[in-house]
Amino acid sequence: MENTLTEFVLVSVALLGIGIYGLAVKRNFIRMLFAIEIIINAANLNMVAFGRFIPDSAGQTLALFSIAIAAAEVAVGLSLIIVAYRMYHNIDIADFRSLKG
Amino acid sequence: MADAAFLALSVITIGSAIAALEMRSLIYGSIALMGSLGGIAGFFLLLDSPFVAMFQLAVYVGSIAVLILFTVMLVKRELIFKKVEDKRRKFVGIALMLIMMVSLGAVILDSGIRQITTDEPAVDFREIGEDFLTYYWPALILMGLILSGAVTGALVLARRVDEENGKHIN
Repeated sequence: MENTLTEFVLVSVALLGIGIYGLAVKRNFIRMLFAIEIIINAANLNMVAFGRFIPDSAGQTLALFSIAIAAAEVAVGLSLIIVAYRMYHNIDIADFRSLKG
Repeated sequence: MADAAFLALSVITIGSAIAALEMRSLIYGSIALMGSLGGIAGFFLLLDSPFVAMFQLAVYVGSIAVLILFTVMLVKRELIFKKVEDKRRKFVGIALMLIMMVSLGAVILDSGIRQITTDEPAVDFREIGEDFLTYYWPALILMGLILSGAVTGALVLARRVDEENGKHIN
């Protein structure tokens, strides 16, 4: 391997930071979903990188599980967006006042 | 030291992740997100795990990105281009991101993982298949149930109810 583990983990940290920025700043429901996707991908990259360098097959197996669960999460999130858009005619989360606990 | 492919992939991945969040149009944003997810698949190839890379391409770039694109198209046109942002909030968000990156980066550079190198061959994908069917089989069945439940739940949520006579259509 020419690349070291540190480089992969640093890329993953950068993606995590971008995702957290998106979650904190954006008020658009779909953009927040983008940010969540970026964070999940940073986690997957970490798992596969550690699994390669240890080396152990558990890293890749867990990454595969994580990708499948993320697909389910996106399906539910997008249908929530469609329902909320139908109710409020907007995708700005500040408008979803009645969802406030 | 990092090679050229690694550097190119990290520029593509991180750059299109930023573009996905900052592009004015949500449609271009979702295409940029597709690029970022494809870049992650490239990293998986660099890490000698082609099976996960193909899975990533099929699931993320193939289906999730298309699903997001269709949802964006269902939303009204002016909402796609609307950008509501608080200046102060944005400043706080950037500060949070920098603090996060610098502190986590310092911890990682200071920790012992810099010494970790490997000359061992990569894990064969046959091993992953064996893992799935032996040690992880309950998790595999559970994952199938979760996926079918999530898809059914998504369909039920998105179903339109006819207000007047309470009948379900679609």
